[in-house]
Amino acid sequence: MKRIIPALIIISAMYACGNQNGSPAVAKSSEEKTEPANPSYDPNRGEGKFKNVEVSGKLDAAMAEGGSKVFAVKCGACHKTTNEKLVGPGWKGVTERHSAPWIMNFITNTDEMLTKDPKAQAQLEICLVRMPNQNLSDGDARNLLEFMRKNDGVK
Amino acid sequence: MKRSKCYAIAAASIAIIIGMQSCKPKNAGNAVSSDAAAKTYVTPGKYDEYYNFVSGGFSGQMSVYGLPSGRLLKVVPIFSVNPENGYGYSEETKPMLNTSHGSIPWDDQHHLDLSQTNGEVDGRWIFANANNTPRVARVNLATFHTDEIIELPNSAGNHSSPFITENTEYVIAGTRFSVPPDDKNGDVPINTYKQNFKGTISFISVDKDNGNMDIAFQLQCPGVNFDLSHAGKGKSSGWFFFSCYNTEQANTLLEVNASKRDKDFIMAVNWKKAAELVKAGKGRKQAVKYASNRYDEKTHTATSTIKTEVTVMDVKDFPGLVYFIPCPKSPHGCDVDPSGEYIVGSGKLAALIPVFSFDKLVKAIDEKAFAGDYEGIPVIKYEAALYGEVKKPGLGPLHTEFDDKGNAYTTMFVSSEVVKWNIKDLAVLDRAPTYYSPGHLMIPGGDSKKPSGKYLVAYNKITKDRFLPTGPELAQSAQLFDISGDKMQLLLDYPTIGEPHYAQGIAASLIREKSIKFFKIENNNHPYVSKGEGATKVVREGNKVHVYMTAIRSHLTPDNIEGIKMGDEVYFHVTNIEQDWDVPHGFAVKGAANAELLIMPGETSSLKWVPDRIGIFPFYCTDFCSALHQEMSGYVRVSPAGSSVPLSFSTGTNLPKNEDGAPNK
Repeated sequence: MKRIIPALIIISAMYACGNQNGSPAVAKSSEEKTEPANPSYDPNRGEGKFKNVEVSGKLDAAMAEGGSKVFAVKCGACHKTTNEKLVGPGWKGVTERHSAPWIMNFITNTDEMLTKDPKAQAQLEICLVRMPNQNLSDGDARNLLEFMRKNDGVK
Repeated sequence: MKRSKCYAIAAASIAIIIGMQSCKPKNAGNAVSSDAAAKTYVTPGKYDEYYNFVSGGFSGQMSVYGLPSGRLLKVVPIFSVNPENGYGYSEETKPMLNTSHGSIPWDDQHHLDLSQTNGEVDGRWIFANANNTPRVARVNLATFHTDEIIELPNSAGNHSSPFITENTEYVIAGTRFSVPPDDKNGDVPINTYKQNFKGTISFISVDKDNGNMDIAFQLQCPGVNFDLSHAGKGKSSGWFFFSCYNTEQANTLLEVNASKRDKDFIMAVNWKKAAELVKAGKGRKQAVKYASNRYDEKTHTATSTIKTEVTVMDVKDFPGLVYFIPCPKSPHGCDVDPSGEYIVGSGKLAALIPVFSFDKLVKAIDEKAFAGDYEGIPVIKYEAALYGEVKKPGLGPLHTEFDDKGNAYTTMFVSSEVVKWNIKDLAVLDRAPTYYSPGHLMIPGGDSKKPSGKYLVAYNKITKDRFLPTGPELAQSAQLFDISGDKMQLLLDYPTIGEPHYAQGIAASLIREKSIKFFKIENNNHPYVSKGEGATKVVREGNKVHVYMTAIRSHLTPDNIEGIKMGDEVYFHVTNIEQDWDVPHGFAVKGAANAELLIMPGETSSLKWVPDRIGIFPFYCTDFCSALHQEMSGYVRVSPAGSSVPLSFSTGTNLPKNEDGAPNK
């Protein structure tokens, strides 16, 4: 009998480990809706490596030209530069709808953003095709942002 | 509970278990212990510990399993066309299967050997043999793609192949069937084997940077059957050892006529010396014809080159190069232990397993302890090279692998078991039944200097009652054993692809991180690539029409093509412009007489299509890629020869002319 007691303790300890916050699983469900999904998430910046993107009032024409080349190979199959939706949304006005870091995070960290970001998820419900991660370099991503700015009329 | 009582119950249980085993030794039910499932269970979402590469035998392909789960991860096409991904059907891969006999869509793939550095598996490449039309292939383990296939002249039945030297300097390939050399008149009576037939060993050099293979030289040996081989390692690394049977030189009813002698041979070759002689200009240039096929990862395209010369050395002209060691009887496996000192010959008709000593072999050569010669090659006295014999190991020994604790494991085909024995004292330590009749066996790193001592897989030739019946043809079974303890423990049975012969295993960590996820579109140098939809087009060159097409979720561009005429040859060059992992697209067009394509992200693949009738032909993506996959399609219009329908192509703009959809011209 003596050996049974330690065994019970171990089993109950394992059970407790299985429940991540240690509280009884039953009492949780009613509270869940009131909690914010992820309080630390900044929907303006999105999730990814870009925090502050320096954007000048003026257009960098060389960068926009570089972005145009990336667009032709990796983006243009699904996006138009007008506001017409193709596979994904048209790009007209994209730099007004989203912050610069949000755009750069979305185009480089697509999967995570599609899972976390409310605006990206809302767009997915419309398009129904998960945007592919096109494995852009940081430079490509910045050039594309400049190309989008040019498309939105920045001179 | 009192301790003595515990012991009594435990002893009684063991007695019962032993009793059950002795009553029904072949019953699988009691061969598996209760923790076997836990040992092979890989939690969903977790990776296996080892990659296991398994030859496909008559399927011509190689399958890749995870161990210990036994889950099939992939089938890599090597020597046979593969409709699943268009290998051998696409314009880019057709040249891989070219030979001096023309294109060969199938072969028989028996043995695999992983590349090694300093005698340890390094995870760069795996080499595979084609048994029927002699060839050796190299598979790139970053892409799991067959990157190269080289044909072997003067050879027939490339069975003793492909086995590598300890730094992958050479891949060695010995012929199973001796035949007249390619440059001699082969129109001779079959019963002139002794006079006209020769056995050839090919030494294929491997470029240490890009892996490219070339036939460095061939050794012309007496006409016998070379069965298997392995390189020496450590102190014996300059040598190579081959099992030989049919030293009777029979040309008919080999079953009887090639089983007459009590001993055949293990052939020992001083390959370092042979390489030096060739470097010094020895050997003769022989006119031959063989194909060298290479796949370029940048153009995603293979090219086939027919080569016409090979350097051949007749071993009887170069004393000191080759020796025969008598080995009982019709030896099959020829395996070298991790230290390089012990050479194990598995005489499939012998009642014992001879173990030869490399040190004794060197001494015997020094002291000329010869029993005579065989076609001019010195035959060493059996006892002078013998370390010892494993007595009564079982019936029909075939192959041996090694663990990290000084033990050897030999498959017994006739008595259906794996036998574990100690290399030093040659004592049998354990036996485990297999179901049934094992051929090869595999321990990860088990033919290298550094075997892992955890798992062993036996590949059985006969399956019978192991799985649900599937008609007369059954998948051959593999059986996984835990060999970490004193006794082998059967963990798992699983079905396999084709007929597994030799296999290899390697720690997953040596391959996993290097695996390529997609091809960079920037690096795609395919002559018909479309880098973006802006680059798509349709070009007519006489009766050849090249369609430069892109695929991305969820459309093909162009998706409306008109102006194709009867008599045209249409080439669809499809570039998958996705740049993410695991997003292949497929391509199929109605009436295509070959296969479909499966195009990896960043890759370009081409399908030839010759329309056989006038009409509208749909094409579509065959790989369910997205929610709008069913929409990923298009049409080609085929008009009569001489039609005036102009060549046109578009996506999204070829709309009906009228609101009511009235027909266009």
